Amino acid sequence: MPEQNDSVVMENLVKRFGDFVAVDGLNLEIRKGEVFGFLGPNGAGKSTTIRMLCGLLKPTSGRAQVAGYDVAREPEAVRQNIGYMSQKFSLYNDLTVMENLRLFAGLYSVPSNQLKERIEWALAMANLKGQENLITGTLPGGWKQRLALGCAVLHKPPILFLDEPTSGVDPISRRQFWDLIHQMAKEGVTVFMTTHYMEEAEYCNRLALIFRGKMVALGTPSELKRDSMKGELLLIECEPLGKAVEASQSAPEVMDAAVFGNAMHLVVPDADAAMPRMEKFLADRGISVTHIEKIRPSLEDVFVSLTTASDSAEERKL
Amino acid sequence: MTDQLKCAIEAEGLTKSFPGVRAVDALGFDVDAGEIFGLVGPDGAGKTTALRMLAGIMPPDAGKATVAGFDVVRNPEGAKHALSYMPQRFGLYEDLTVDENIRFYADLFGVKRAGRKERSAELLEAAGMSEFRKRLAGKLSGGMKQKLGLVCALIHRPKVILLDEPTTGVDPVSRRDFWRILYELAAEGVAILTSTAYLDEAERCHRVALLHQGKLLFCDTPANLKAGMRKGVLSVTSPDPRSLRSVLEHAEGISSLVLTGDGLHVVVDDAARRIPEFEARLKSANVHYDAIQQVAPTIEDLFVDAVGSGASPHA
Repeated sequence: MPEQNDSVVMENLVKRFGDFVAVDGLNLEIRKGEVFGFLGPNGAGKSTTIRMLCGLLKPTSGRAQVAGYDVAREPEAVRQNIGYMSQKFSLYNDLTVMENLRLFAGLYSVPSNQLKERIEWALAMANLKGQENLITGTLPGGWKQRLALGCAVLHKPPILFLDEPTSGVDPISRRQFWDLIHQMAKEGVTVFMTTHYMEEAEYCNRLALIFRGKMVALGTPSELKRDSMKGELLLIECEPLGKAVEASQSAPEVMDAAVFGNAMHLVVPDADAAMPRMEKFLADRGISVTHIEKIRPSLEDVFVSLTTASDSAEERKL
Repeated sequence: MTDQLKCAIEAEGLTKSFPGVRAVDALGFDVDAGEIFGLVGPDGAGKTTALRMLAGIMPPDAGKATVAGFDVVRNPEGAKHALSYMPQRFGLYEDLTVDENIRFYADLFGVKRAGRKERSAELLEAAGMSEFRKRLAGKLSGGMKQKLGLVCALIHRPKVILLDEPTTGVDPVSRRDFWRILYELAAEGVAILTSTAYLDEAERCHRVALLHQGKLLFCDTPANLKAGMRKGVLSVTSPDPRSLRSVLEHAEGISSLVLTGDGLHVVVDDAARRIPEFEARLKSANVHYDAIQQVAPTIEDLFVDAVGSGASPHA
């Protein structure tokens, strides 16, 4: 029986395609009302996982429950209890706003006695009242996105799947969109988002980082930034930059050195201790340092650090 | 003139309208040799239109542009010879291998046979793709396809490259590889104009032009842009960001407040003054928080501050 609080549960979830293990033993419990982010590079197993959770693909082994229903045994019930939105594919551009809403209401079998009320609700939520007769294809990006969200939740699903919902949209529209999502979460909707855009990941309460079918990190955005980096980050502005990067790569304590705009980023085990040593190391090689500071890693730094660490662990096994 | 060319790209008053919309409105900037210049803005900001005009494939309604010293309107052929333009969907032949695609573009660009192999090997090495030379382009991952597009676009050693959202749909690991190649090219003196809809990617450019609805909002180095933001940015962390918001949203001095997954991102007039005020407010409301810290502003903060944090510009 489903646990009351967990609206998406995965237990040793595995999916194989022939010899290829796309999803390799995932264990996760996502709580009701949580905004959860599922992060990973292309090919990490994100889509395969989503397809299993939506009841579209049977797991090879293990199990998953969505809204209390087993995805392998009750896929129909699962599908009635979820909404799905992807920015790119969900709307019909040559239909009007109202026609899209009616179409999705039909697809999701919204009872006809609730149709009017639900469409009114979706229009109000998406802030699209008075725009019902506009052709969807002519709407600005932020509007389309809110319409897609409205279509995905017409049938009041307790669980909402989002696939890169706000990539490329202007920051103000993105912020409005996420306000809506957090409002729904507050009302008890569980949100499961997949993305590889760190700008979207920051809006999640918790994140799981998945790589090669396995979960390599789990935590809040702040926890991941604080605890998951292998090492600390230094930003150094210096001249000449190219020479500095090359030299730094052979410095004993430098784990990684890369150009970043007009500066370089170094990954070191202890930033405070490394600062004076690196300044001297560079000065000894004729490189003048104009600025050096310890910086907080971004989610992207964490992401790259974890996936490359996992990569080299993999290579060592071979 | 060609040897001592300082500005590899010069744009002045570039303007282009389509029915009902001014896509690019009096855009002006210049890019030096060896510089990575970012055209940064959300979808619909005018980035692609600007790049098309610079590539000489779309005539501007007004204004002028030169690329490598050639006027793109009066001498588009000269300009095309010196530049390489990589549109969002670069035309790779999916049923040809990596090597065959490169050979095809080398022929198309009229690259001499001598030295071709070396150039191709060097670019593939830099892209980390040497071992995939025999693979069909259609079987490559998204990130690999973008890198192959870049390799093809670079085969004739252009002095100027124009890239339209090269990292869209590319995951962070491949994105870093891609940027490493751009930095290497810049170090060789190539001028690079690249567009991106990811404001965080702006930080990787030497200089950026921030675009919004066809207009230039700012043009400077990311560091100068951030230093020029007079407002302070605070990060307040808590396991319950919603309660934080209900306590702080009506506090004084706030120009924007965003609910994130584990806290609030708040832009205030004066960080030093507001931090203790916020702390006091949260304490008296008995709402727990982990930390309030001043953090560096992001390019997104700057964008939102310039465009206005009210309703969406369209709404």
